[in-house]
Parts: sequence; C-alpha cells; structure tokens
Amino acid sequence: MNNSKSIAVGAVMLCGLFSASVVSAATTLESVKEKGHLQCGVTSGLPGFSQPDDKGNWTGIDVDTCRAIAAAVFGDAQAVEFTPLTAKERLTALQSGEIDVLSRNTTWTLTRDASLGLNFTGTNYYDGQGFLINKELGVKDATELNGATICIQAGTTTELNLSDYFRSEGMEYEPIVFDTSEQTVQGFAAGRCDVLTSDRSQLAALRSKLNDPSSAEILPNTISKEPLGPVVRQGDDQWFNIVKWVLFAQINAEELGITSDNVEEMLKSDNPNIQRLLGTDGDMGAKLGLPDDFGQKVVKQVGNYGEMYDRNVGPDTPLGLDRGLNALWTEGGILYAPPLR
Amino acid sequence: MTKQTVDSRPAGPKPWYDPRIRSIFFQFIAIALVFWGGWTLIDNTLSNMESRGISTGFGFLKETAGFGIIMSLVPYDSTMTYGRTFVVGLMNTLLVSAMGIVTATIIGFIVGVARLSSNWLVAKLALVYIEVIRNIPLLLQIFFWYFAVLGSLPSPRQSVEVGGSFFLNNRGLYLPEPITQEGFGLVWGAVLAAIVAVLGLRAWAKKRQLATGRIFPTFKVGVAILVIVPAVAYLAAGAPLEWDLPALKGFNFGGGITIIPELAALWIALSLYTASFIAEIVRSGILSVSKGQTEAAKALGIPNSLTLRLVVIPQAMRVIIPPLTSQYLNLAKNSSLATAIGYPDLVAVFMGTTLNQTGQAVEVVAITMAVYLTISLSISLFMNIYNRAAAIKER
Repeated sequence: MNNSKSIAVGAVMLCGLFSASVVSAATTLESVKEKGHLQCGVTSGLPGFSQPDDKGNWTGIDVDTCRAIAAAVFGDAQAVEFTPLTAKERLTALQSGEIDVLSRNTTWTLTRDASLGLNFTGTNYYDGQGFLINKELGVKDATELNGATICIQAGTTTELNLSDYFRSEGMEYEPIVFDTSEQTVQGFAAGRCDVLTSDRSQLAALRSKLNDPSSAEILPNTISKEPLGPVVRQGDDQWFNIVKWVLFAQINAEELGITSDNVEEMLKSDNPNIQRLLGTDGDMGAKLGLPDDFGQKVVKQVGNYGEMYDRNVGPDTPLGLDRGLNALWTEGGILYAPPLR
Repeated sequence: MTKQTVDSRPAGPKPWYDPRIRSIFFQFIAIALVFWGGWTLIDNTLSNMESRGISTGFGFLKETAGFGIIMSLVPYDSTMTYGRTFVVGLMNTLLVSAMGIVTATIIGFIVGVARLSSNWLVAKLALVYIEVIRNIPLLLQIFFWYFAVLGSLPSPRQSVEVGGSFFLNNRGLYLPEPITQEGFGLVWGAVLAAIVAVLGLRAWAKKRQLATGRIFPTFKVGVAILVIVPAVAYLAAGAPLEWDLPALKGFNFGGGITIIPELAALWIALSLYTASFIAEIVRSGILSVSKGQTEAAKALGIPNSLTLRLVVIPQAMRVIIPPLTSQYLNLAKNSSLATAIGYPDLVAVFMGTTLNQTGQAVEVVAITMAVYLTISLSISLFMNIYNRAAAIKER
C-alpha cells in the first residue's frame, strides 16, 4: 500500500490541476442558490436523453430530470446550465465540483457507487443492453452470434456486459471499440462488424441513422441491467435527499394522477397524499431544505414521470419506446417510489 | 606583491551586494517555490480525494479487466487484469509507431530525393504529394483510409482470394501463418551463421579495397549468402515448416495471421503523413551540402549513385537527423488518434475502457502520460546517440 501510494503521489503531481477548484465549504444547496442556477452534466447529444436543438435548447429525459431539480430549488425549471460531457469526463467533472448533479444516462454500479466518492440517487430510466444486426445474416437470437465481430461505443458499461455475456454462453467475439456513436454506426454501415451493441434505448435511434434502416433489426435479447439515473457527490446528504426526492415526487405524482395540466385543480383535492405532495398541507419541503410547494412547481413546470417519459422517449417520439420496465408498479413496470410523507 | 594589492583594496562588497551570493540565493528561492508548488498540488489532490471518499492507488491494476480486445501481441483474454490491458495497449502503440517510423522514413527519403530529381515529372509528382498530404489534417486522412477503403472492400463471404491462402475483405487481410516444426532451430542457426559470414566478408572487402583499390561486389554476394545458406539448411532439415491457412468459419475467417483494417489504415495514414514532412527535411539536408562537394566527386570520376551515397548523404545526415527526431516523436504521439477508428492502442484500451470501468482517472491519465513521455524520450535518446555519431568530428 505504501509503495503504491508513493506512486500515486507521483501520478497526482502530473494531474494536480484537477484539485485547484474543488474546495467548497458551503453545502451544495447553498452554493447552487448563491450561483442562481443549477449546473447539470449531460451527454453532448443523445436523442431522447439530452440533445440541444437548433436553437440551443436542451431536451431529453435526462435534461428534464435536471429541470425538475431546478424547479424544486428555485421554482424555475429554466434555472439550469448544462455541461455536455463525454463518458470519460463525466465522473471526474462531478467529483471535482464542476457540476452539481450528473444526469447523463449513467449506469448505477457498485464500483461507481462505492469507490468513486459518488452516490446514485435513483433510476430515471431502466435500460438494458441489446444487439442491432444486419438482416442479411439471418440471425434471430443472440445465442447464434458465436464468432461475430461487434461494434461498440467506448466509454460505457457495454464492453464488460458483452464480454460477460459471451463468456457465460461459451461463445467468442471480436470487439471493435469506437470513440463516438457516429463512428460506431459508420463502422457498422461499412460492414466492419456484423453486430452493433448498445443500450436498447439507443439502438432504435442508431438504426434510424443508417441509410436503409430496414436492413437492420434489433434482436430480442437483453443481456444486462442498466439502471440509469442521476448522480451526486458523496458526503452532502441534504443534496442527495433533494435530488432523490424530486424524482420520487414525479413518480408519486403520476401514481396519484397529478399532471402539469390538472395540477391547479388538484390543489383543491382532499386527498392527503396529494396535499402533501403539492405542499398545501404539511412541511415536506422544509424537511429537505426546499419550499413546501416544491412538488407543485416540479409537476407544473416539468410534469410527472409519465409526461416526462412520453415527451422524450415514449411511443409518439422518434425513439418510440414502450414504457416496459419503466411503467408504474401498478401497471406492470418496476417504477415504485417510497411514500411522500 | 599579491598580498599587498589585496590589502590595499577596500573590504569586499556586502554579501547582499555580491552578485555570486545573490544569484545562489535567488536560485534557491526559485527551487523552493517549485517544490512548494508541487507539494501543494499533491497534498491538495490527495486530501481532496480522501475527503470525498475516492479510492486512490494502483491496486486496480491487479483487478480482473473482463473486457475483450480485438488485437493483442501478448496472450490476452477477458479474465486477465487491468495491468495486462495496459501491456496489450502499450504493445499495440509501440507496434504501429515502429511500423510507421520505418515506412515513413523509407517513403520520406525516396520522395525527398525525387523532389530534387532532374526529371521534371518525377520532381513535380513528389512536390504534389508533399503539398497535398502535409496540408490535410491527419485525422481526416485516417478516416479516409479507414472508411473509404473499408467501404470498397467486399464482405467476408465475397472475399478477394489468392490461391486459397490469402484473403482480403472488410474484416482485414488474412495470411497463412508459418508454424515451425521440430528441427527449425537448424534454419535459425544458418541465418545467424550467414549474418556473421556477411559481416566478415564486408570487413575483408573494405580492407582489400583500401590496400589494392579493387572493389568487391559485397552487396550482391552478401544477399546471395543470406538467401542460399538458410535455404540449404531448411531443405537439409526436411522442410520443418507448416502453414496454418485461414478459412471461413461462421461470421469470419479463423486461423492464419490477420491484419485488421484499423491497423492498416492507421499505419498507412501515419506513414504517408509523416513521410511528407521527412521528404522536405531530406531535401533541405541534401541542399545544404555545398555544390563543390558534388563537383569534386564528379571531377574524380565517381559515378552519380556513389556520389549520392558516399559524399552527399553522409554530410546531409548532419542536417537531417535533429528535425527527423521531431518527426519520429510526432508520429509516436499521433498514433493516439487510433482511438477514433477503433484500433486498440494505449489510449483506446487503457485511457478509454480501463479508465471508464475503474474510474481511477488520476492514476490512469498519469500512467498514460508517463508512457508517452518515456517513449518520446527513448526515441530522442536513441536519435541523439546516432546524431553524435554522424555529427562533424572536430579535432
């Protein structure tokens, strides 16, 4: 340990600049309020999750997660600034304090949760890894992929899942790892690989970038669990609770039938659960260090979870994804938020 | 006498006016500031990482990596450690750098000499090559060689085939792999013996030329020895070599040696790009040799080819080597663009996947930087030694 530590000292010397800007005595909530906006880390462009449009407005389910937090803290969903991050940069950006929350379809794993000084606050999208394959090959199931060449985008948990899957099935494969999703699709289109693998939510979007989308199909297999969710720095429990409960509030709102359209009427509701969520009764917000009507602001400005889903990735969007696992527990999914009381 | 002079002088300046003491004092302050700055950075980083619960250290190198790599010069599979992925990435980087340096040098010298050719067409072709290649960004050239060439190659099932043993398709170039059988040691021994014999022949021929002036055809005889001796040994040992032929199995070819398109594209792009700079360096080196040298050689009746080899190039090398070193360093560092087309070099494998899986950014980035620094310093050291040997000896 001593030895490796002394090497670490040498290593740190080269990269010591990381440390220059990180020390902050104030809590994250205080510093966010002082800045007047939330600094949120997102992907640089992933349809349905976070993508800037031609006017520079960010949209996507990860973006809306950030907006919901801003609505809860400031009562203004627009009080967010976005930092586009690559997969390699994202965790360091959060660790170093460059951003307040990371909402960049990041998979919740033990290593990331336990050893990197980070906390995952929940899951805003349950995903899983799948395969996109050229129809000509006539493969109908992932178990027929022995010996295939597979295009992968770097910087995800994808490579490990793929290797685990092929090893457990006793099959072999050749990985070609590209830096960006653009090059991954190009490699697949040029015939460098038989299969393209990524999270299922992405495969549909990637397929739509092919010259002839109907030449490829998505295999039915899902080979991994990818719970994607927001991440915060470890050691600030108040901020951790805020980010966690904003998402829970959105899920509870869907369960209680509160939408951005009917939230005004719901203010008159006699249902104590609705009253607590909207802040007409109780002091739920104060316990988190937020205004009591934070739930009302979130639902009014961003919507409940279902609205957020349908707007960005649902069946009526280009991604056209069914709710599947992301449906409420009462509707066959696994979305289940603890009670807001 | 001396003593008297010293005595008669006023006492020396006050210490803080003494330029010598002053300069030592300021150098001491400068060093102290540098160390203090460095120590603060390290201490700050370590304590910040600790207070945030970020694990540090190099223990992760012993953990199982669990991901696959398409090309590896050392045995590798996904059950090996992150330390091993580092070695695999490093070897791939060194491979493409070494291949690139060799071909870039060869192409660069040929084009550089061609640029000065008295043949109008040859000189202009070399000029066009240099001006086109060196003015297009390297990354675009890599993409061109990768996607343009890849797209024009057939799929594995429609491979271009030569004699049932060579196959070319968009998954790579497949060659038969020689597998040495028992008794092949004899051939290696013969190769060694042939090399020793050629070196001896060369020394003898040079000595004879100095003594008698007669020139022995060392090159032709040397090549003959190098080919014939091992060939005889090979046949004598009963042809102890078998070929592992590539064959289509399922999706891809198996067996034999595979040159993946990523390696080929990167190699071609790096070689051609760096060669265009080397060509200009070679041209400047040759032009730096005074015209009188060539004229003197001509006056002595030395043929053109020998003039170039024995008079011009050795003098030009003194000008060529220092900037050539910079080009080699550039090539080694540019090889990290591999990550854009999926060639598994150090940056792609170690600073990409390994960093992403372990999250140990500080350590991984530091190791990678240290590796590139080491590679560059090694090239620099080697070239400096060579430069010292080639430089003008002042006596």
